[in-house]
Amino acid sequence: MKINSPLEVYKYLPQTNCGDCGEATCMAFASHLIDRSLKLEDCKPILEDKFKKKYLELGELMAPEIREVIIGVGDEAVAVGGDDVLYRHQLTFFNQPAFAIDVWDTMPEDELIERVKFIRDYRKFYVGRFLTIDMIAVRSTSNDPARFKETVSKVMENTDLPLILCSLNPEVLKAGLEVAAKSKPLIYAATRDNWQAVSDLVLEYDVPTVLFAPDDMDTLKSLAGTFLEMGRENLILDPGTNPQGKSLRESFENFLKIRRSGIKEGQRDIAFPLMAVPMTAYLTNDDPVSASYWETVLASVFSVRYGDIMILHSIEPYALLPELHIRDTIYTDPRTPVKVDPKVYEVGSPGKDSPVIVTTNFALTYYTVESDLASNGIDCYLLAADTDGLGVEAAVAGGQLTAKTITDGFNKDNFDFKKMTSHNTVILPGLAARLQGDMEDASGLNVKIGTPDSGRIPGWMEKNWPPEVKS
Amino acid sequence: MAKKLKISELGGMFKDLDVESLEGVHIEGDIELDLDAMGGLNPQLSYMLGHETAQIAQHLINISRLLGYPVDQLLGATGLSAVPGAARPKELLRSKFEVGKIDEWKNPIQEVTLGATSADGGTRKSTVTVGGENALPYYFDSPMPHRNHITMDVFDMPIGMAKAVKVNYEDVIESPAEWAKKAVNDFGADMVTIHLISTDPMIKDTSAREAAETVADVLQAVDVPIVIGGSGNPEKDPEVLEKVAEIAEGERVLLASASLNLDYERIAKAANEYGHVVLSWTQLEINAQKELNRKLMKQCGVKREDIIMDPTTAALGYGLDYAYTNMERIRLAGLIGDNELSFPMSSGTTNAWGAREAWMVGSPIKEDSDWGPREYRGPIWEIVTGLTLALAGNDLFMMMHPGSVAVLKEITQSLYGSIDRDTIDISNWVTAEV
Repeated sequence: MKINSPLEVYKYLPQTNCGDCGEATCMAFASHLIDRSLKLEDCKPILEDKFKKKYLELGELMAPEIREVIIGVGDEAVAVGGDDVLYRHQLTFFNQPAFAIDVWDTMPEDELIERVKFIRDYRKFYVGRFLTIDMIAVRSTSNDPARFKETVSKVMENTDLPLILCSLNPEVLKAGLEVAAKSKPLIYAATRDNWQAVSDLVLEYDVPTVLFAPDDMDTLKSLAGTFLEMGRENLILDPGTNPQGKSLRESFENFLKIRRSGIKEGQRDIAFPLMAVPMTAYLTNDDPVSASYWETVLASVFSVRYGDIMILHSIEPYALLPELHIRDTIYTDPRTPVKVDPKVYEVGSPGKDSPVIVTTNFALTYYTVESDLASNGIDCYLLAADTDGLGVEAAVAGGQLTAKTITDGFNKDNFDFKKMTSHNTVILPGLAARLQGDMEDASGLNVKIGTPDSGRIPGWMEKNWPPEVKS
Repeated sequence: MAKKLKISELGGMFKDLDVESLEGVHIEGDIELDLDAMGGLNPQLSYMLGHETAQIAQHLINISRLLGYPVDQLLGATGLSAVPGAARPKELLRSKFEVGKIDEWKNPIQEVTLGATSADGGTRKSTVTVGGENALPYYFDSPMPHRNHITMDVFDMPIGMAKAVKVNYEDVIESPAEWAKKAVNDFGADMVTIHLISTDPMIKDTSAREAAETVADVLQAVDVPIVIGGSGNPEKDPEVLEKVAEIAEGERVLLASASLNLDYERIAKAANEYGHVVLSWTQLEINAQKELNRKLMKQCGVKREDIIMDPTTAALGYGLDYAYTNMERIRLAGLIGDNELSFPMSSGTTNAWGAREAWMVGSPIKEDSDWGPREYRGPIWEIVTGLTLALAGNDLFMMMHPGSVAVLKEITQSLYGSIDRDTIDISNWVTAEV
C-alpha cells in the first residue's frame, strides 16, 4: 500500500457520506480501507463513471505491496500473497500459506485415488471451524506427457481442489494443461532453461506460473522482469528450498531478502508471493519419520517467514497437525482477539436435569469445551464468562474469572437456576477449583469442580452426574 | 476476381462508415499462414513472424469487437487483451538483485552469561552466553553472536508427564541428580533446570532447606550451568529461592523467577547478594514486562547483565500466536532502542506438552481426521512451539523431550549457520522418487 492514512484515502472518495457501505461517513470507510476490513468496491458511488479515474488511482495506491495471485476457480480457488507488512503485529498477514500435498504420475491408480481423497477430505477442528489442505501438486516423475495427462485427469475426477502442475518439461506441462487449463492450475515451473516454451503455454492458457531459480536471485529477478514484460502479473517465485546445513540458511536469507525488497524498498519487479518446497527434506533423509519431521520443521520456518505457498509430501497426521496449526497461528489476525460473545449457550437440547457448566469466552477454550460436550452428546447449558478473551488458568490468576464475573454472566442472561434447573448446581472448570468457596458464598448454588481438561468431562459425568442435591 | 482487401483496411472501412455493429454478415474464407520451416527458423525471423502474427491477431480482435462479439470476455481480464501485442522478449532481461540492510537496529541486546567456572568463583566446567544480537535471529543484517541454548527440565519429585516424555525418564524419576546427568550426558542438554515443585504447600511443602540440598546434589552431578525454578507458589517461592541462591553462591545460576505477583524484591536481592541472574517473568504483556524489568533495575538494583526475560510461552494451537507476536515485538523494540526490553529471552517450551494434540491418544472430535500416534505427535509439538519462538527472538529454551531437543538444536543451528551438511541438488526435486 502506498498510502496509509485515512485522510489521504478520503481525498479520493466521493465524500457523500451516503452510508451505503455500512459506515456512517466516508472517513470511517477510509479507515476500514486502510485496515483492509472493507474493500474499495464496497463503495457503490465510486464505481460510477464520473469517479472512474479516482477509483482506478485509489485502487493502484491501495494495492498490496506483494501481489495477490489466484489459483483455481470457484469455491475452492486459493489466493496467495497480498501482504503489506514484514511483521504480523504491524497489521496482519493476509492469505495464509496455501498448502499443496503432492501426488505423482508413476503412482498406481488405486494409491493415487486414495491419496487424493485423503488430501481432499482431511480436516482438523479448531476454534469453531476446520483446518484443511488447500491444493494438490501433481508431479511428473515419468516425464511422459501422456502419462501425466492421464494422472491429472484422474486427480480432477476425484477433487475440485486447485492443482499445481509440476514438471520442468514444457511438453509434459502442455499435456497437463490440455485437460486442466479451465480450472486455472498453477504451473511449476519456468526456469532459466525452459522459460520461452513455458511462457508460450502460460500465455496461451492464461494460468499462473511459478518462476524457479534455485539459489540465484539475479536469474529469479530476470525471469520475473521478463514475464512482467510479457504482461504476466500472476507469478510466484521459488528461490529454492535447500533442506539442510548452510545452504538452508541461505534459502532462509533469500526469503527474507525478497520480501524485504518488495515491502520495504518497493521493488515491484520482485514483489510476488514466494513458494517454499519443504518436501526437499525427502531428498536427504532416508528414514520416513525423520524426513517427515524435518519437512514439518521447514514448513514451520517458512510459514513464519514469508512462504506464501508450499509443496509438502508427508500425509502423516503428526506432520499435518502442527503444520496446519502453525500457519493458522501466524495468520490469525492480531487485531481481533479470538473471543466469543459472553453469554449462556445451549449445547444440544438441555432441560431441567441438564448440567450447567462454566468456561471462559476465549474462543479456543470455548470451542474446545463446546465441541467436547456436543460430540459426546452431553446436553447442557454452557456459560462463556466474560474474561476478555483469556483462558481459564490465566483468567483465574489475573482476576478476570471470579465468583462475581460468573454470577454476573448468569444474571445478565436472566439465567435463574431455580427456574431453569432441578438441581441448583453449577460446574466450574478444574483449573478454577480455588473459586469454589467464593462461588458458593456469592451464588448460594451447589458448586462442583469439573475436570482440568474438558476432554475428560464424559468420564467425569459418569461418576458425578446427576449430583446429590443438597436441600 | 474480387479486389483483395487487407485486414487493417477492413477495420478502417468500418470506422469511416461509423458502423458500430453488423448483422447477418459472414466472413468467408480461411486465413492461411504458411510456417512450414518453423523448426529451423532463426530467432530473429521467428520473432518477426511472431510479431506479424500478433499484429494480425490484434486486427482480427479489433474487427470482432466492431462486429459486436464479446471478445474481451473471451480473452479474460488478464489475458492478451490487457497487453495487446505484448512484447515477447527473445532473451531474459538482465537483472541484478540487491537489498539493503535495516538501518534502525542500532541497540544491541544485552549479553548475559550463565554459570561460573573456577576462574570466576564457581565450579562449572563451561558457561553459556546468550543475547548480544544486533538483528532479528538468523538475519543477514548482522551475525548472531551466540547460538540458541537448551536447558532441560528436571523435577524434584515424580510428576505426571505425557507418555512420550515419561518413557525417557522412568529410570531417573526418583533422583534429580541422576535425571540431570542423563539430560546432559545422554540428551545433550546445554544446561539443566531443577524445578522445586515439591516445595508447594499444596503439594509436599518441602522446606527451603531440603530444596537447597536437592540443588546442591544437582550442582554436584553436572558441570553445566543450571536454572533453579520454584514451585510457582507466590508465597513460598521467595523463601525457597533465597535459600537455594545461598547454597549456589558463586555458580551464577538463573533464578526462576521474579514476577509481579510475588515479592520480586526478595528474589532480586538474593541474586545480587550471591551473584546470580534473575529470570524476569511476565504473562504475555509487553508493558508488564517493561514495568518488571524497570523495577528490577531501578528499585532492586539488578545489573543489566543479570537479567533474562520470560514473556511466557503458550503452546502451539493454544495461544502461540500471542506468545510469538509478543516476543517479536519485544525483540524489535529492544533492537530499535528500548532499553527496558533489550534483554535475552527464555521460553518454557515444555508448555507445549499441555496442548491436547501433544498427549491425547486421539481426537475427542468425531469429525476430525485421524490424529495418528501420539508418540510422534508430541515431540513435534514441542519442536514447532520452540522453533516459532526462536524465529521471534528467543534465546534459551526449557524443554523436555530428548528428540525435540535434538531437532530444535539442528534447525536453530542450521539457521544460525554453524552446521555443515552436504549441499543437495534441489533443481530436480520435481522428479524425485520419494
